[in-house]
Order: sequence, then structure tokens, then C-alpha cells
Amino acid sequence: MRHTILAIALAVAAPFAAAQSIKIAVLGPMNFVQGENHWAGAEMARDEINKAGGISVGGKKRTIELVKADTNEIQSVPDATNAVERVITRDKVDFLIGGFRSEAVLAMQEVAMDYKKMFLGAGAADAKLGENVEKNYDRYKYWFRITPTKAPDLFRTLMAVLGDIGNQVRTSTRTDTPKVAIIAEKAAWTEAIVKGLQATLPKMKMDVVGTWQPSAVATDVTAELSAIERANADIVFTLLSGPVGISLGRQMGERNMKAVAFGINVEGQKDEFWQASAGKANYVSTLDTYAEVESTPKTIPFVQAFKKRYGKAPTYNAATYDAIMILKAAIEQTGGMDADKLVPAIEKMEHVGTAGTDTFDKRHDLVWAVGKTSGIAVQWQDGKKVPFWPPNIKGMQPYKMPAR
Amino acid sequence: MLQDILVTGLVNGGVYALLAIGFSLIFGVARIVNIAHTAFYMLAAYCFYTLLTRFNVGFALAGVLSVLGVTLLSLVCYRLVIEPVREHESAVLISTIALGLIFQELMLAAYGGNFLGVPSTIEGVMRVGGVSIPYQRLLILAVAAVMLIATWFFLYRTRVGLAIRATANDLEVANLMGMNVHRMAMVTVAFSVGLAAIAGVVATPVTAVHPFMWLDPLVTMLAIVVLGGLGSLKGSIIGALIIAYVEAITVFTLPEGAHLKGAVALGIMVAVLLARPEGLFGVAFEEER
Repeated sequence: MRHTILAIALAVAAPFAAAQSIKIAVLGPMNFVQGENHWAGAEMARDEINKAGGISVGGKKRTIELVKADTNEIQSVPDATNAVERVITRDKVDFLIGGFRSEAVLAMQEVAMDYKKMFLGAGAADAKLGENVEKNYDRYKYWFRITPTKAPDLFRTLMAVLGDIGNQVRTSTRTDTPKVAIIAEKAAWTEAIVKGLQATLPKMKMDVVGTWQPSAVATDVTAELSAIERANADIVFTLLSGPVGISLGRQMGERNMKAVAFGINVEGQKDEFWQASAGKANYVSTLDTYAEVESTPKTIPFVQAFKKRYGKAPTYNAATYDAIMILKAAIEQTGGMDADKLVPAIEKMEHVGTAGTDTFDKRHDLVWAVGKTSGIAVQWQDGKKVPFWPPNIKGMQPYKMPAR
Repeated sequence: MLQDILVTGLVNGGVYALLAIGFSLIFGVARIVNIAHTAFYMLAAYCFYTLLTRFNVGFALAGVLSVLGVTLLSLVCYRLVIEPVREHESAVLISTIALGLIFQELMLAAYGGNFLGVPSTIEGVMRVGGVSIPYQRLLILAVAAVMLIATWFFLYRTRVGLAIRATANDLEVANLMGMNVHRMAMVTVAFSVGLAAIAGVVATPVTAVHPFMWLDPLVTMLAIVVLGGLGSLKGSIIGALIIAYVEAITVFTLPEGAHLKGAVALGIMVAVLLARPEGLFGVAFEEER
């Protein structure tokens, strides 16, 4: 009898207890490093906010409850949309954050907008996500991109860094026109960047010796590197998100290639890259987001706390931390959780986050600016991931060239 | 460019041949289409990685333990999954696909989707005709050659090999002659998977270990054995070299179409099959049977 009464009491009390918390779904491929970082960043934000008593909603403090949603989006887009549907209808979440693979996030965005749920992206770069907001504001206004910058802005960052590296190569090789080999996986996100590179590099006094486009799931670039070596390239410009990024770094080291690799190498952003490439990937550099540098006053404390808690540095997907902090600021400013009131609040906000200082344009994309939202560039130097760009940020170290 | 194509094609052909001969052997002898063949290759790579990096076991011991462990596992899988449905080719096909997916998901759960790497067994690079070849790739080529010779010796110079060939010729007669055909099938499975495991161990240092690493070589391997003629060992070796050279030529002559190297190789396979539906060495194989 006592158990029955207790069960009834709990059942009656449960909805009220649930009402005390703000439910946020963390969407990501949880078996992969991207999802791990989505979750870890969100955990850090949740614990920090809940420790301080929660988020003030109309004068009442409400804690955060995270719902982990494995989207399995790397393998299956339908799995991703099902996950969004599930957290909205079954778990009754208030907000959505995360996402990684552009194709999946585009589909997830549709489901979220159907339910008018705020969705703060922390992984996909495809420009179409923001274009949707501009084309059909009433439907897509609940979407904001917290990280990374959209693909065209990634290109602007790449060109800015490449300009600096190109100058060092000119000095090192005593040539006016460095030779650049482009190696870009065949994927939607690389198409515009490859075209842009082919058009822009000659204007930067760089000679494109060839463009190699292996499959996005390739694991071997032996033939490509043989051809690049034969072309005497000084710079190997990479646009790689898959395992081939590891093979490239490793094989360039094994071949003692004098060319330097720079671009986007998603595997190269991870702490595990050095081990995975068997310690051969010296001088490989890539765009990145987090390092112990003063991108903002919050960056170093966040990176240090993350490393202490999880034993490795955060990747850009950990900007789910910033996503939750932006939600917190908007909720406290508007005094409620009405999405239609939160949207204009975030549109007008300038948020100093851990990854950068965020303001949003009419597409709800980050406004690009070097040192603010452009991110950073890092280079692997003797087993350490060393940040070197933008040089004006405190904590940056010199970029190194291999001995010639 | 010619020397680049020659060297790259030969080295990659060695890796492909290692995988293809095991698959071809098990089909030729036991008529088992083992789609999980490259999943055993993936498991061997994970075993090798685990023993090397988490238990600090030496290269040789880690390699031997990985090959033995995966081979034993294949026998268990054969008894539990393949043998009960062996008479039904489509059921075998589906069962082995399921087996491969189960292994994939188990590795995903155990290790996550991260790409892992192991150090090279042999460090260093050799320059041949202006082409850099890491010693690890030469090791793969050497292991492939040794394994091919060992396979030939096993099949044509041992009593077990004779029994396997007899079983392959006519299962019922072999059975009536007192041969244990089930045991022969098991030996063939073990030998075949052993070859895949050896490929996994020697190729791991030049690739990334991850739960999906079995899918890409599976397609290439199927193309090779179909091109060479299902069940023909000679066909597998020639097919491996053809596919590897076609891929190398594609990358060197059509850089922006490097992603098409697999498609071009498959296109060549289709073209050959249109002219010779049994594959390059399929007829000789059928005559042999």
C-alpha cells in the first residue's frame, strides 16, 4: 500500500518537477568525436549554469536538463531526422543544439522549423542553412548558426592564412611564385572552395600545379601524393574531412616531403591526430577553433577546464557551450522561453563566447571578422598542436617550415 | 610519370591481391561467398591496434596473436552462422553481410567512430626511379608474394591441399571416398580468413583503423575476383594488378577525377565481363572443376 501511495505521489509530482527544468536536446553523432564534443560542451554549460542556480525565467530560477540525441548522421540522414522528431515529440525538449553533417542538418532544420523549435547549429558549414532564413524568414527564423562560419567565410579565412604561409614559403624557397597542389575530397562542401582557389591563387602569385579530388571516404592517397611530389609542389592545400587527412599527414612525413600542408584537415584538429598518424604529421596545419590563446577572455579558462575534465582539447563542436550561454542570455533578457521573442533578442545580441565574439547577420549566420569569428589556424609541431594565426591574438606562436 | 604508375600500381596491387586471394579461395573451394571477409580484415586491424597501443605487445607477437585470434573467431562464426545455411547460397550471402555489420557495430560501440593509427612496422623510404616507396609498403608487397606462394604450396603440395581440391572438384565423391568435407570447409575458411587477417595486420600501418574500413576494400575485392574469374587464384592476382594499375593511371592522368578511380576500375570490370562473362580466368577454372 505504501509503495502504491509513493508511486502515485511520484507520478503526480513528476510533471511539476519537469516543469522546473529547461530541456535542451544535444543533437550529434554520439559515437564520433563530433558528437562527443557536442555533448561535452553542453555538459560544461549545464553544470556551470545549474551550479549557479539555473537560468532566471521571469524571476524564477530553472535548471537545465540535457537530452542526448544520437543522430547517427554520419551514416544516415533519416536517423538524424528521426532523432529530432523523437526529442521534440516524446522528450518534449524546449530547444535544439548541435548537428554536424550539412546534408543531415539541412534535413534536421526542416523538422525543427515544422515544430517552430529554436535550433542553434554547432557543426555544419553549408551556406544554404542561412540562405533558408533569408528566403523564408517566417519559417526558418528559429535557426541560428553558432559554429562554424558558413563555407564562403571559411574560404575567406583560408585565403587570409594562406597569404601568410605563402610569404614564408617564398622566403624559405627563394621563389616568387610558390607551387600549390590542391587535394580536396569530392564533396559538396569543397566544390565552391576548390573553384575559388583555382581562380584566386594565381592572383595571389601562386601557381596551381594540379587539383586532386579523392573520394570523401578514401583512406589512401599514395598515388595522389606521388603525383604531387612529382609536380614539385611547395604547398599542399587540403580540404579533407575524412580519414584520408590522417593518411595524407602520415604519408607526407614518411616520404620526407618538403611541401607544407595547410587547409582544412578535420582529423588534424583532433588531439588524437598525432598518434593516429604515427607521429609523422609534422608541419601539417589546419583551420581550428580552440586553443589556449586569448580569442576572447573566456577561451583559455574554457579550454583548460575542458582539458581537465575530458583529458583532451575541445573541437569546434564543443561550441554547444556558447549555444547554451546564448540561449541563457536571451531567456533572461526576455524573461521567458517564447521562441518568437527569443529570436529578435539573439539577432540583436553581441555575445562574447569561448570560440569568438558572436553577432548575427540577416541569415542568422555569424558575421565574419578576423580575430572575432574567423577561428584560428594551428600547426602540428613535434607532437604539439601549436596555434599560429591570427598573429595579433595573444598566445599565438610562430609557424614553422620544414628544413630544406 | 610512367615509373610512378608502375611502382604505385604494383604496391597497391599487392594489398588488393592479399585480400582477393582469400576471398577467391573460399569461394572456389567451399562455394561460400563470404561478404564478411573484409570485416575479418577490419577485426585483425583492431586486434593489432589494441595489442600494440594498449597492451604494448611487440609487433611480431601482436601480429601473430591478431591473426590467430581472428582465425579462431572465423571458425566459431562458420560453425554458428555459415554452416547451418551453407546449402543455400543466398542465405550464406545474407548471413555474412549481417556478420560484417555486426562486427562493424561492435567495433563502433567499443572504440567509437574515431580513426586510429599504429606505427609502421618498418620505418623509412626507398627511392626507386625517383618514386618514394615507404618500406612498410614494400613489406606488404613481400608478404603478399610470400602468401601467394604459401597458398600455392598449401593447395598443391600438401595432403590437406589435395583433399581441399578434391572436395572442390566434387563434394559428393570426396565424401564417398571418406573425406571429411565439413572439416575441409573449415580448414578452407580458416586459411582464407587467416590471409585476410594477415592483410589487416600488415596494411594497418598504411591506413586508418575505423569501423567502416571493411566496406571500401570489399567493393574493390569483389571487382577483382569477378574480373579475374570467381574462384580463380591466378585470376585474383591478375585482377588485383589490373585494378590497381587502372586506379593509378586514373589518378595520374586525371587528377580532378581521382575520386573516380574506383568507378573507372569497376567500369573496366564491366567491360571485361561483357566480353567474357566468366571473368578473365573463369573458363580455365570451370574446366579445372
